[in-house]
Amino acid sequence: MSRTGAAVLALAVVLLAAFPLVVGDPFYQQVVVMMLMYGALGAAWNLVGGFLGRVSFGHAVFLGLGAYTTLLLLRTHVTPWLGIPVGGLVAAAIAFVVGRPTLRLSGHYFAMATLALLAVTHVLVVNWSWAGGAVGLEAPIANNAWLLLFRSRAPYYWIAFVLALFTLCATFALARAKAGYYWRAINGDEAAARSLGVPADRYKMLAFALSAALTGVWGGFYSIYIGFIDPDSAFNLTLSIQIVLVAILGGVGTIIGPWLGAALLIPLAEGTRIAMGGSGSGLDLLLYGLAIILVSLFLPSGLVTLRLRRGAARR
Amino acid sequence: MALLDVRQLTRRFGGVVANRDVTFGVDAGEIVAIIGPNGAGKTTLFNCLAGHDAPTSGSVRFDGAELVGRTPEAIATLGLMRTFQVPRSFAAMTVQENVMVGALLRQPGVAAAAREARRVLEAVGLGDRGMARAGALSVAGQKRLELARVLATSPRLLLLDEVAGGLNPTETLELVEMLRGIHARGVTLVIVEHVLEVVMRLAHRILVLDFGQLIASGTPEEVVRHPAVIEAYLGRKRRA
Repeated sequence: MSRTGAAVLALAVVLLAAFPLVVGDPFYQQVVVMMLMYGALGAAWNLVGGFLGRVSFGHAVFLGLGAYTTLLLLRTHVTPWLGIPVGGLVAAAIAFVVGRPTLRLSGHYFAMATLALLAVTHVLVVNWSWAGGAVGLEAPIANNAWLLLFRSRAPYYWIAFVLALFTLCATFALARAKAGYYWRAINGDEAAARSLGVPADRYKMLAFALSAALTGVWGGFYSIYIGFIDPDSAFNLTLSIQIVLVAILGGVGTIIGPWLGAALLIPLAEGTRIAMGGSGSGLDLLLYGLAIILVSLFLPSGLVTLRLRRGAARR
Repeated sequence: MALLDVRQLTRRFGGVVANRDVTFGVDAGEIVAIIGPNGAGKTTLFNCLAGHDAPTSGSVRFDGAELVGRTPEAIATLGLMRTFQVPRSFAAMTVQENVMVGALLRQPGVAAAAREARRVLEAVGLGDRGMARAGALSVAGQKRLELARVLATSPRLLLLDEVAGGLNPTETLELVEMLRGIHARGVTLVIVEHVLEVVMRLAHRILVLDFGQLIASGTPEEVVRHPAVIEAYLGRKRRA
């Protein structure tokens, strides 16, 4: 990363850390928490969808698995301090099982397989009455740091902030490691990568499982933050697409891209919804769609290219 | 014992026999060329040796280890590397990153792989293009990159599939020198080549494939005089 890039990033981290101290309004805090969450989900998705080039529409499944694991464990009085990491492990385990047959597919076929995974999981959970069935699960209302349950929203901001920093550092380190090079090589030409000694099956699985684990961890956070989860809100195609959209609009296969995508889309979605959502005219969704169209038209490689282009013009 | 030992290798595609009972050996330190008309089965043979295709029957041994049934990545790990006839660079990555993917096979970390990649790029004459996108290279550049990537894996035996195709005469001469240098550092070479200039200058031994079968083998001088070779390339003299 360039020196200016690192400076901008450091500034963003400082601003985000100072934000709840300056802005007390819970609405704005909520928007930033969602922004951090979608940025992180996009960054996690990007390991598979960007670096490895396997587009997954099934990431809501991993989010839902993390959320359900955390709340089901909480029901048996297991703290989310443990439940959230376990949720990540459950998501990774399911990714491992699902990845074995599906990761050999590429292009549209892998995408279709992940759509099927989403549909199947939704049906299974709806019919699983022990896990709440179609009604879903609720977190108890309490004020207990050990159970990560708070009446105020502020502590959740800090949890999201720390998790987002962790996600950023993890994806950055992975992209810079041997795995990052191997993923991009497999994406470029799998047969050529194999002929250079890249154990492609193992590295594809690694990307999928790590991506699922990070997504599952955020699912755990989401469940205690919202305090409620049901099959429709967890195993939801719109949610899956939102994750893909954030990553693609920001810049697929880049470290910073998904965070930029979330920084544009989430405030825009929330802002237009608050300003115009009640009018019944659907104008908020029109504006949201317009923004997506404009970015795809003028910055087809994502928001990250904005910086690159300006840099190129100056030189 | 031969470094590469191919026995009775046959590859059928339905009714088409691309390779029939091909048997040959390559000793460590040799440069062997495989020539033959289009469709003679040269690339199929390479695919079978490097694990991209499985022979219908027969055996391929490299340094005593049976290769049939192994994956391409397992074969690469043993030190048998191949290049592709049509360069298959990772177009979205930089030239140096392409070579690093190869270097990571033996180098202990990303930093060491980057150093090795720069060294190899210098050696193949791409030292100043390391930061360019691989997709932006010319055909000659792509061919060199293809070579650099496999060299960065510290190979023992290289299968080179038409590395001189599409190069102009100057580039071809440079390539011949480069291959001599690689060979001088102890790498065994097996080349499939249409450009006879390269073959005649480099090869210690030539194998001739026609309709999937080996029809001749010997020194370059012997092979060009071999009646079966002349017939395969020029056809039979018609009797009046």
